[in-house]
Amino acid sequence: MEYLDNMYFLLALTFVVYAASQILQLRTGWTILNPILVSAVVIIAFLKFTGVSIDTYNEGGRLIEFWLKPAVVALGVPLYKELSAIRKQLLPLIASELAGCVVGIISVVLVAQLLGATKDVVLSLAAKSVTTPIAMEVTRAVGGIPSLTAAVVICVGIFGGMTGFRVMKLTRIGSPIAQGLSMGTAAHAMGTSRAMDVSGKYGAFASLGLTINGIFTALLTPTILDLLGVI
Amino acid sequence: MVIQCAIIFGCLALGELIVWLTGIKLPSSMIGMLLLTALLHFRVIRLEWVEGMANFLVKNLGFFFVPAAVSLMLFFDIIKAQWIPILLASALSTMLVIVVTGWVHQLMRKLMGGGSHGIFR
Repeated sequence: MEYLDNMYFLLALTFVVYAASQILQLRTGWTILNPILVSAVVIIAFLKFTGVSIDTYNEGGRLIEFWLKPAVVALGVPLYKELSAIRKQLLPLIASELAGCVVGIISVVLVAQLLGATKDVVLSLAAKSVTTPIAMEVTRAVGGIPSLTAAVVICVGIFGGMTGFRVMKLTRIGSPIAQGLSMGTAAHAMGTSRAMDVSGKYGAFASLGLTINGIFTALLTPTILDLLGVI
Repeated sequence: MVIQCAIIFGCLALGELIVWLTGIKLPSSMIGMLLLTALLHFRVIRLEWVEGMANFLVKNLGFFFVPAAVSLMLFFDIIKAQWIPILLASALSTMLVIVVTGWVHQLMRKLMGGGSHGIFR
């Protein structure tokens, strides 16, 4: 079945599967049926079943992934629309970002150590909350495994997008700004895309969260790991 | 559409240039995002020149992650070896980040008088 290797077929498959996943979540309202997760599971199953290689899939996949960078640039538009709100509360923004960044690094390191992860795995988890390029760069700098970080970042994004709003409901985080900010801080662009589903305002603060946490994480991770005695 | 793409890809290209020139350890896309915000703020470009394309991209952000999520299958072996600490630590920590960020933000706003009466208004 050489036809299955056809790039346009695989692209069409991806569109169809994602559209179906979106409809499935809309119909059921189930958080666990996150469209990114469901699409990935279906496509991975398809590849395993048909024997189409991941490299072949990625020939088309690259074309989709290509739009990730321009899409992140485009987040500048919602961000611009909320600029005046951002300037009015610079201090709460910086303080909460700093807290989220530090807690994120320390907690993942301590829990992983407690559960018996090896040193290189612990180092690879430290930057898990931020966007892939920053996270991989940080991991490289501290001596972890960058490809493991890339995988974990995606898992974190899916998990954060799935559970974020439920967790905030349980913990009484109700303000749209705090909610958007938390989604971007904890689950980078995937959390931001989930926040954008709610509204542009949520999305704008999520973009802000992913940006500030990205910068803080890049700057602070080596020092925090040093203080924790991991490196 | 072409003008809109020119602006967005222009910002991205500038971001790439800044990374290339300075060797700064930030993604070009994040720098491009801040550039686009700045250009809109200082009225170098108008919102309507870029809004349609930007909305389209932002609304479909999740879709662009599908190939990366499919590529997770390449890492099954690395994850499998220590999947309990990796998944539990990441999940727990992610929920903590959400809660701490949200709480600190709400607390700070309350301390500063919050809402429309805060000192930052």
